[in-house]
Amino acid sequence: RSGSPLSPPAAVSQVTVRDALNQALDEELERDERVFLLGEEVAQYDGAYKISRGLWKKYGDKRVIDTPISEMGFAGIAVGAAMAGLRPVCEFMTFNFSMQAIDQVINSAAKSCYMSAGSISVPIVFRGPNGASAGVAAQHSQCFAAWYGHCPGLKVVSPWSSEDAKGLLKASIRDDNPVVMLESELLYGVPFEMSEQAQSKEFVIPIGKAKIEKQGTHVTLVAHSRPVGHCLEAAAVLSKEGVECEVINLRTIRPMDIETVEASVVKTNHLVTVEGGWPQFGVGAEICARIMEGPAFNYLDAPAVRVTGADVPMPYAKILEDNSIPQVKDIVFAVKKTLNI
Amino acid sequence: QFPGASAEFAERLEFIQPQVLAGIPVYRVMDRQGQVIRESEDPQLPKEQVLKLYRTMTLLNTMDRILYESQRQGRISFYMTNYGEEGTHVGSAAALDDADLVFGQYREAVFSPQIPHFPSFPSHSSQRKIPRFFPQTPLYFPTENFPDFSQNPPFFPRFPPAVGAAYAIKRADASRAVVCYFGEGAASEGDAHAGFNFAATLECPIVFFCRNNGYAISTPTSEQYRGDGIAARGPGYGLLSIRVDGNDVFAVYNATREARRRAVAENQPFLIEAMTYRFAQKSPFFPP
Repeated sequence: RSGSPLSPPAAVSQVTVRDALNQALDEELERDERVFLLGEEVAQYDGAYKISRGLWKKYGDKRVIDTPISEMGFAGIAVGAAMAGLRPVCEFMTFNFSMQAIDQVINSAAKSCYMSAGSISVPIVFRGPNGASAGVAAQHSQCFAAWYGHCPGLKVVSPWSSEDAKGLLKASIRDDNPVVMLESELLYGVPFEMSEQAQSKEFVIPIGKAKIEKQGTHVTLVAHSRPVGHCLEAAAVLSKEGVECEVINLRTIRPMDIETVEASVVKTNHLVTVEGGWPQFGVGAEICARIMEGPAFNYLDAPAVRVTGADVPMPYAKILEDNSIPQVKDIVFAVKKTLNI
Repeated sequence: QFPGASAEFAERLEFIQPQVLAGIPVYRVMDRQGQVIRESEDPQLPKEQVLKLYRTMTLLNTMDRILYESQRQGRISFYMTNYGEEGTHVGSAAALDDADLVFGQYREAVFSPQIPHFPSFPSHSSQRKIPRFFPQTPLYFPTENFPDFSQNPPFFPRFPPAVGAAYAIKRADASRAVVCYFGEGAASEGDAHAGFNFAATLECPIVFFCRNNGYAISTPTSEQYRGDGIAARGPGYGLLSIRVDGNDVFAVYNATREARRRAVAENQPFLIEAMTYRFAQKSPFFPP
């Protein structure tokens, strides 16, 4: 494949997450001249993970900008530009580096609308790969869903499939609020089926709405990002044993669509949450708390169970790394435990 | 020539002293008695405007006294005085244009809606309805002409957003500048470094205005930095820099006016370090 962005193909086809993101960026840059992309290596190098392949060639220096190595700097610049009327897409090479800029994301971006009684809006998207990769060890593998999901003033989305990636990125860019989009490096190269409708220029997925990827009756599995795939694999394994799982792809961490989870738990009476991040104060913890506080609690036949990353800094040794993130067998085990089978 | 620097070779091992010059000189227009030293530097402001500058400084001083005592009486929760620094605020504010964006710190009360405007400021017939008091501490109020950017304490990461705003307005409109105020203590924050660097690499029409008043709460400048103040850092980032006598309102006016004009005309950042003195403690929360 050469350096040009993917041209929209005809019918249903296999599109990688990377190409879906590229499509979304291309379409939004074309649609609104206030949109621009900045970050390290996004322009001349086509993006550290090639998400912005071909875009600098097509749109030039004013729309795709390579920045010096200062997350605090370019995230802050992007926030200032957003306050002054542009619509930046700020790429963090991974969200681990966003910690350098977290003051800008939270204090400059997230809180400004509230602190200004609505007169300042910050229509910015912070995006990049989040969570575990392969062999990049402790300082490059952290999941930030819980950290950003904690803060009022931010929207936080976490796509799984190519459809999710494209639809959510377009929705995020069009949203007038600061949005954190947590992608997954391991998913970039994975192809997913995309319908013709999903490949169109107006395909947008609403932020704050979960998707039921698979219907089921015995247990509800809730996940976001890559673990959604693991849940579907676990569901296939369990199906052979007569256990039908309902798999929910959260799509959005904040505002979380707890209603979809509640409706599912009312139906299945059992809940297992799955996430790549650490267990304490995590996404699963929040889901369990909200289920307890809401009507679905009375429909639980067993305590909800969380499947999470291991509570350690990500190890480097492959065997340890593999066992530090939720695997299909862990999900199967949790389902069987909660169903008492 | 190396890609990273354009310079001659040297054959003697010699370290550059932190003070290459004997301290960057302090530009002033008036002497200690208030007499203009060089006629060519007199900004020749009309008498009404000079009176207005004086009136505003006096008003600021009076407002300080009333509001500070109100705070001590428990009638308002917080206030910061401007004693000693009136020249820096008033002189620089007078040099700005209506449409310029201001990122204040916390002592730029001159921009508050309570202070009658300069002729160069937009009048009270501003179309936008701006809420005067945000749900935050007092003093962090919106500036009426630049309603969107309220003032923030030094730890609020303002430098990069100010530069980003300058970048955005450069793209949209070639006649506006951004002015970013900060104290010499705030300049120690990491985001100051990022802001200065990016302003230069992105070629932004921004004026960084440093009020060097000798103290950051109780920390004197001798403990805040060891280099030659803030002005000396500018050239290191590629910023045109100047040090002025902050108590000389004409010097402050001249420097700000010229920096602003060139920042917009040449799309490059400027750094002004206004030397002054803080006569009172930083704020009522921090007893001297």
